[in-house]
Amino acid sequence: MKDTIFTIIENKLIAKSVYQMTLSGDTTAITASGQFVNIQLDRFYLRRPISVCDCEKDKLTLVYKVVGHGTEQMSRMQTGEKLLILTGLGNGYDTSLSGDKPLLLGGGVGVPPLYLLAKQLIAEGKSVTVILGFNTADEVFFEREFQALGCDVTVATADGSCGKKGFVTDVLPDDYTYFYTCGPLPMLKAVFAKTNTSGQLSFEERMGCGFGACMGCSCKTITGYKRICKDGPVLQKEEILWTD
Amino acid sequence: MDRLSTNLCGIELSNPVIPASGTFGYGYEFAELYDINILGTFSFKGTTKDPRFGNPTPRIAECTAGMINAVGLQNPGVDKVITEELPKLKKVFHKPVMANVSGFSVEDYAYTCEKLDRCDQVGWLEVNVSCPNVHGGGMSFGTDPKMAAEVTKAVKAVTKKPVIVKLSPNVTDIVSIAKACEDAGADGISLINTLLGMRIDLKTKRPVIANKMGGFSGPAILPVALRMVYQVAHAVKIPVVGMGGVSTAEDVIEMMLAGATAVEVGAQNLVDPYASKRIVEALPETMDKYGIGNLREIIGTA
Repeated sequence: MKDTIFTIIENKLIAKSVYQMTLSGDTTAITASGQFVNIQLDRFYLRRPISVCDCEKDKLTLVYKVVGHGTEQMSRMQTGEKLLILTGLGNGYDTSLSGDKPLLLGGGVGVPPLYLLAKQLIAEGKSVTVILGFNTADEVFFEREFQALGCDVTVATADGSCGKKGFVTDVLPDDYTYFYTCGPLPMLKAVFAKTNTSGQLSFEERMGCGFGACMGCSCKTITGYKRICKDGPVLQKEEILWTD
Repeated sequence: MDRLSTNLCGIELSNPVIPASGTFGYGYEFAELYDINILGTFSFKGTTKDPRFGNPTPRIAECTAGMINAVGLQNPGVDKVITEELPKLKKVFHKPVMANVSGFSVEDYAYTCEKLDRCDQVGWLEVNVSCPNVHGGGMSFGTDPKMAAEVTKAVKAVTKKPVIVKLSPNVTDIVSIAKACEDAGADGISLINTLLGMRIDLKTKRPVIANKMGGFSGPAILPVALRMVYQVAHAVKIPVVGMGGVSTAEDVIEMMLAGATAVEVGAQNLVDPYASKRIVEALPETMDKYGIGNLREIIGTA
């Protein structure tokens, strides 16, 4: 965990209400895909937790959706502006469990953290299948980016306006060794129910601090209480306890 | 004498800055970032007799210049705190720590305090009669002078350590409650706990917090906290620990001028994990700026 100042290189609209922000700064605290950063914004008391989409030496890429006043303010920020960002938060995905043919399932703004994960899995020589789910065609992003990494990509939209019609769980392949997923809660539940291998799921919760101090984002698991921000956001399929 | 030092109920503090309970865990998250021995002490996560998960999520809501929490005293229970958390803490923190205790009955408070009384690491017992986020306990003890006095007496009977009673601002007359605690033997008073608050999500048209209401904290509450610290400090003879919205060295000095012997820093630790360290480090130059030689001299002089 490190609190450092980043400079915006680019901040652009890539799909309906979805922006891609590239920043330069010290990324050494980021140790795994699936981790997140917590961004301080002028005039807002709490920080905004955003998942890491891509991370290289001194370069951080975030893809975020405008859902409230904070992200709306972020979307108006310009190249050269600075942000104080707490980096290296959360546990992230573990690629060592993936087997040869991992399946990645992303829904909406759950897609971004899977990008760095896919990059790592490809670099490890694995055959990566990616299913990206959105509501409509205008929300679709990163199909080509995942293809460029060498992934087998399927897009599904709920209304059928792009790719296959349906949810990510309607287009599951027959053959995969492990799964990784991130997306809205109903999607995570469906993925949990319909997958036939072990896997890792990334959860979202309203956070106070983002680094394990306030107990604001706790959840119950089979192995005890976990803080989504510190012990998560990625949890193993086997430890998940659906409470509602 | 060090110009930052203060004495809280007979124990020397190298400086008056104390991260508040519930905003600092058991210290380790912060010890990863900086040497937490720079702090006067800290008040660890509110501890109860039995383990508690706390309230359903969402537990957090943002506000202008603050936040609402409804964590609901999540903690592993006093036995695990003593056998697991305190030994881990010992490795990173070498000063007496403040143990924050909550309960659901007078007996609960006494039980938990008696166990913590046997821990050498614990310097003070901060008895929380003001948690707004639990039913049938917490704040209900701190809104009635008789109940607050009863808890204080029960705890004093089982410990030799200084007992600091943490009060709720959600009352009509905080001075009467502070005096009742003093009369019952409290060694100190800390205030204020969070203000009961609420937010409603315009998209869902439902409360943001699952528990509907929660405790409001952050810079927005500083004036309310200062007023109450001032009132209580002028009404009791025992030391007062001031808290509520403190986020800078200036705020610490303001609290001390109002009558605080030491000052707790809460929500600010959550938005800036270095906040308490920054405040300690900024104190000398801030004192210089306002012509303050040492902090002990200014307590309650406003």
